[in-house]
Amino acid sequence: MASQQEHTVKAFDQDIGQLRGLISQMGGLAEAAIGHAMTALQRGDLELADRIRQDDRRIDAIEADVERTAVRIIALRAPLANDLREVVAALKIAAVVERIGDYAKNIAKRVPLIEGEHRIEPLSTVPAMAKIAAEMVHDALDAFAARDAAKAVEIVRRDRTLDDFYDSIFRTLVTYMVENPKTISQCAHLLFVAKNLERIGDHATNVAEMVHFAATGNQMTDREWGNQ
Amino acid sequence: MTDHAKITAEGVNVFYGAKQAIRNVSLHVRQDEVTAFIGPSGCGKSTFLRTLNRMNDTIAGARVEGDVRLDGEDIYARAMDVVQLRARVGMVFQKPNPFPKSIFENVAYGPRIHGLARSKAELAQIVERSLQRAGLWNEVKDRLSESGTALSGGQQQRLCIARAIAVDPEVILMDEPCSALDPIATARIEELISDLRGRYAIVIVTHNMQQAARVSQKTAFFHLGELVEYGDTSAMFTNPREERTKDYITGRYG
Repeated sequence: MASQQEHTVKAFDQDIGQLRGLISQMGGLAEAAIGHAMTALQRGDLELADRIRQDDRRIDAIEADVERTAVRIIALRAPLANDLREVVAALKIAAVVERIGDYAKNIAKRVPLIEGEHRIEPLSTVPAMAKIAAEMVHDALDAFAARDAAKAVEIVRRDRTLDDFYDSIFRTLVTYMVENPKTISQCAHLLFVAKNLERIGDHATNVAEMVHFAATGNQMTDREWGNQ
Repeated sequence: MTDHAKITAEGVNVFYGAKQAIRNVSLHVRQDEVTAFIGPSGCGKSTFLRTLNRMNDTIAGARVEGDVRLDGEDIYARAMDVVQLRARVGMVFQKPNPFPKSIFENVAYGPRIHGLARSKAELAQIVERSLQRAGLWNEVKDRLSESGTALSGGQQQRLCIARAIAVDPEVILMDEPCSALDPIATARIEELISDLRGRYAIVIVTHNMQQAARVSQKTAFFHLGELVEYGDTSAMFTNPREERTKDYITGRYG
């Protein structure tokens, strides 16, 4: 696993530390955005929904910061081996986390659109799905911070649960729409919400794959993916 | 043993007096590849390089054990002609060391003493071809009679490479050939190395990790006289197998 030994050039360690700090900050904001989006959705809290959109700008700003820092490290430190893999992973993870933030923002945007309607029952199962998605994001970034390949493998396998959740919500919503056309608008929005959460899970899975590569230098095998 | 192995070294130990500088090193240098030796100062990479054309013979108290073969031929055998060996396995040093003679004479010297040219015209041909291959011809063709030492550092180093090439070697050993050169001259030598690859087996010792990554196909990492890791350059710099290699190339010790 990753060496705990410090670089001879101390500034190199500081640069890497800064990069890790930015990623974890970004991840924290994205994870919080998912939770807040759910709360806003359940309570019909327009103010909270608006704040999520504001916070997304911070995620975007940090992504730009990650890019600048990574480019500077590559230019000035010429990182190699695990250092190189970590910088490349950070660059890619930042882009993915930014997307996760966008999905949370998209969920928040739907809050005012279903506000005032009578809440249908499936709305109560969506937050359970969101909880799993947010945990995947949280754990994927923890795995990055710890360069923990085993944890990354475990996260990838969790994505299947999220997919099952999505299928179940999809079927339920379609049934609602067929039985009561008045709910179509709300159901359609919830369908997008569920789809967004499913995509967040896919992105968390991507992060986990990058963590695995950064930590081991190898792509995940089919066996680790649980495809066998 | 392996296909295209130009040089095979098996169980090589080198001692300077009582001090052991190389410990049981085995590796093969392929004909069609550039092999880079890296490692911290004093790790034995230059010492090992010098066992490949018996340059250690010239150092008092140096003793080499083990088996080194060039095309399967034991280079430490009694019957081996060392002068001939060094023509077959040429060497370029850290500091360019042209003879204090004309550019032409610097390159013509080797072919002449080895009797490689039957006529003046043929010798001139060898000189031109060698300077061409060393990428120096266009810069010096109009002043071949000027002193080699009047050239710039980078040109002098390419002159030394032309000199090594002139005797038609099979292997070229380079001991930190760019450490005294500026970045442009360094880039020209690196470009030259890739041009020469395939024609000669090339072994380069370098302190510059990026240079090893740029010019070589195989990299060997030495530490405290041992060969720690030897393998494909791209794998070595992205995902080394050994912890010690990783710590060295990422700048964590050395």
